Amino acid sequence: MSEVDPRDELVEHLPAMRAFAISLTRNGAVADDMVQDTLVKAWTNMDSFNVGSNMRAWLFTILRNTYYSSRRKSRREVSDVDGVFTENLAEKPAHDGHLQMTDFRAALGKLKDEQREALLLVGALGFSYEEASETTGVPVGTVKSRINRARKQLAELMGLNEDEAMEMTDDATMSVLSASKVSSF
Amino acid sequence: MTDQRQSDRRDEVIDESLRRVYEEAVEEGIPDRFKSLLEQLKQQDSDQGRGK
Repeated sequence: MSEVDPRDELVEHLPAMRAFAISLTRNGAVADDMVQDTLVKAWTNMDSFNVGSNMRAWLFTILRNTYYSSRRKSRREVSDVDGVFTENLAEKPAHDGHLQMTDFRAALGKLKDEQREALLLVGALGFSYEEASETTGVPVGTVKSRINRARKQLAELMGLNEDEAMEMTDDATMSVLSASKVSSF
Repeated sequence: MTDQRQSDRRDEVIDESLRRVYEEAVEEGIPDRFKSLLEQLKQQDSDQGRGK
């Protein structure tokens, strides 16, 4: 065998693997253990990798399967070990349109793992719905509904629907106020 | 419709933040343990005579 060994490509995918693992688990130590397990599995099972196909997607599949099987084994959420995500979501989003990253991370941490995963793959990594479906082993429709629910929940947690609600409230408040002014004065 | 525009805008803001979370994790770089793990695996394989 004189062909290029696909194992040599693993190192190129390390940054993406680790960033995905950290974003998914929100815990550096757990993420690093996942990446380590994934590297060993990928190395020893490289024969089952279809050369020429998307190695990153293949690695992400191993990575997230590693995470979910260890999560099942430990039977507890590995989230929030650092206590970061129990912080109050008191701060309002900045009005320049940028979200407060601390609040955003906290909100992201409140999502179900499966929702956060789908959202990260499509929203942050630019996977197509089909690629995300292959990586996570669920139908495209499930990926889409996880993403929709995740976005909706994030928007609620971050108060992103507030502008709309505020407008309505303002009008309603104004009319109530003016009505009460009229009646009480 | 306004509702659609607002939810598109909402999704853009969310995706932008998601990318930031991911990029910040990428920027942390790679601990040395992974590169040495890969070297170890390679060494093991060549000790076992793979790739001959």
